[in-house]
Amino acid sequence: MDFQTRSMRMNNSRRTATNYFVSGLSVLATILVIIPLVAILFYLVYKGASSLNLAFFTHAPAPVGEAGGGMANSIVGSGIILALASLMGIPIGIAAGVYLAEFGRGKPFATAVRFTADVLNGVPSIVMGISVFTLLVKGRHFSALAGGVALAIMMIPTITRTTEEMLATVPHAIREAALGLGVPKWRTAISVSLRTASPGIITGCMLAFARVAGETAPLLFTAFGNQFWSLKLNEPIAALPLQIYVYAISPYDEWHRLAWAGSLVLIVMIMVSVTLVRIFANRGVLKGGS
Amino acid sequence: MSPIMPNAPAVDSPEPALAVVDTSPSPVRDFLSKRGSGRIADNSFAAVMLVCACSIFAIVLFIFGILVLHSRPSLVQFGWKFFTRSAWDPVSGDFGALPFIFGTLATSLLALCMAVPLALGVAVFLTELCPRPLRAPISFLTELLAAIPSVVYGLWAVFVLVPLMRDPVGPFLVKTLGWTGLFSGPNFGVGLLTASIILAIMILPIISSLTRDIMTAVPNSQREAVLALGATRWEMIRIGVLRNSRIGIVGAIMLGLGRALGETMAVTMVIGNHADIGKSLFSPANTLASVIAGEFSEATSDIYLSALIEIGLALFLVTIVVNAIARLMVWAVTRGAPARVH
Repeated sequence: MDFQTRSMRMNNSRRTATNYFVSGLSVLATILVIIPLVAILFYLVYKGASSLNLAFFTHAPAPVGEAGGGMANSIVGSGIILALASLMGIPIGIAAGVYLAEFGRGKPFATAVRFTADVLNGVPSIVMGISVFTLLVKGRHFSALAGGVALAIMMIPTITRTTEEMLATVPHAIREAALGLGVPKWRTAISVSLRTASPGIITGCMLAFARVAGETAPLLFTAFGNQFWSLKLNEPIAALPLQIYVYAISPYDEWHRLAWAGSLVLIVMIMVSVTLVRIFANRGVLKGGS
Repeated sequence: MSPIMPNAPAVDSPEPALAVVDTSPSPVRDFLSKRGSGRIADNSFAAVMLVCACSIFAIVLFIFGILVLHSRPSLVQFGWKFFTRSAWDPVSGDFGALPFIFGTLATSLLALCMAVPLALGVAVFLTELCPRPLRAPISFLTELLAAIPSVVYGLWAVFVLVPLMRDPVGPFLVKTLGWTGLFSGPNFGVGLLTASIILAIMILPIISSLTRDIMTAVPNSQREAVLALGATRWEMIRIGVLRNSRIGIVGAIMLGLGRALGETMAVTMVIGNHADIGKSLFSPANTLASVIAGEFSEATSDIYLSALIEIGLALFLVTIVVNAIARLMVWAVTRGAPARVH
């Protein structure tokens, strides 16, 4: 065997070894990533399920030192804040997405909006919190409305981008068919494009909803939290993530227990919406519409 | 009535079928006769959509404007030195943001060091190595990690990660890596290192799912070409996939960095909340975001509040710049022309 063949053969076995080594590292990385997820989910179910009871869903928090109590006011409060946020964020987000996809194709202005939306998506939620605080809360008082505004601002960019992407998948032939029949452009956008893309747009709205449902930082200085029942929009209101935060950093075991239970409820709510989203997404954009 | 159909059962009308079509109101005729008003409706609809699109600009400008306006007392009093001074004394009204800048940079960079290799490993595994039936469940699991709220990560870190850091992990690090000097001082379980670990867990799914998308966008012909030259699978990944998608991967890492810089709740809960620049990774610290979360509601004096708002302004500007660069990089790969081979 001459020198060249031998060195090639050695080289080949080195290359094969590197191949296996790197593949192994990649598998190892995946396992390492799955471990914390499984650990977090395990602890949530283990600690949360043992603390869940009927009172959790029906009672407001008990005074310090007393056992029992629940987070009913926080669940309802979160619902109110999220409903406010959706009422403000979803129409604006969808409308902006319709503009980008139906009216702004190829315009530099639309590219700028698209880019700004992507950048706004990355702005830390605490910054939204203090901005809304200085606008709506400073000099007045904490309110459910301010919390809703802060979350709506966070929903808009996500919804805009998904709406635009979903509308872009609607074939032009469908729009042309409608326009060819003399249907006005606005009617085409609403009854043809939006309707066809509706499963995807609903997906986007639910993803945005799921994302802000767990947000705590923007609510710290806007909705503020409340230990008591309050349904008024201009007063401090309880929210599930806020209550989890307050209980987690408190020194009481009873409150820690409630924090785990609250986290489990929050996660289940978010996961249900994410799973629904996946079912919608798997049905495809065009199958579900009209 | 369907006069177009020749064998329609309704023959009660004595007139020929064509005459009926001419006079009856039809939807198409309606649309055609209303075209004049359609133009006004079209324009106003487009205007409403345009206003909503502009609202995204308005939000960014509004956040910037309101933060500048309310941080003015602090901007006037401390000027640029605000970002280079390490004093943080609410009682005497003396403020500098250096400890928080340090805390933010230290935790974010440490988190990136931990998360990036793992995220790349996961992305390579999912796009190139994973058996097809496993692909969907694993990517679903990593996406679930992204859906868990920050406060739940914080709760888990407080009750699981912090005790772990206090007992087996901390002393082990002191024994093995104590000579570096990074692990000196008392170990409370909370501090820079714990915050970095939880940050790493949180930004991992973002980086890995973006990297996966970018690597999927590499055309298969690239892979086939490299394999045809006799490359092993790893060489194919390195030359055919990673090299082509490197700009996008750097963009994905920067998006992860942007998230890490602004992450608030989980970090606030485990970083120890202490305005000092510690030399040890065990030392309690504070980040730009966590100092706002921790102290904003206690800020009584105007100058204290405006100093905190100025920190928010700094955080806003830094994350905007980081995100803008990152987006441009990701766009360059996924939207632009196919990546070139160098």
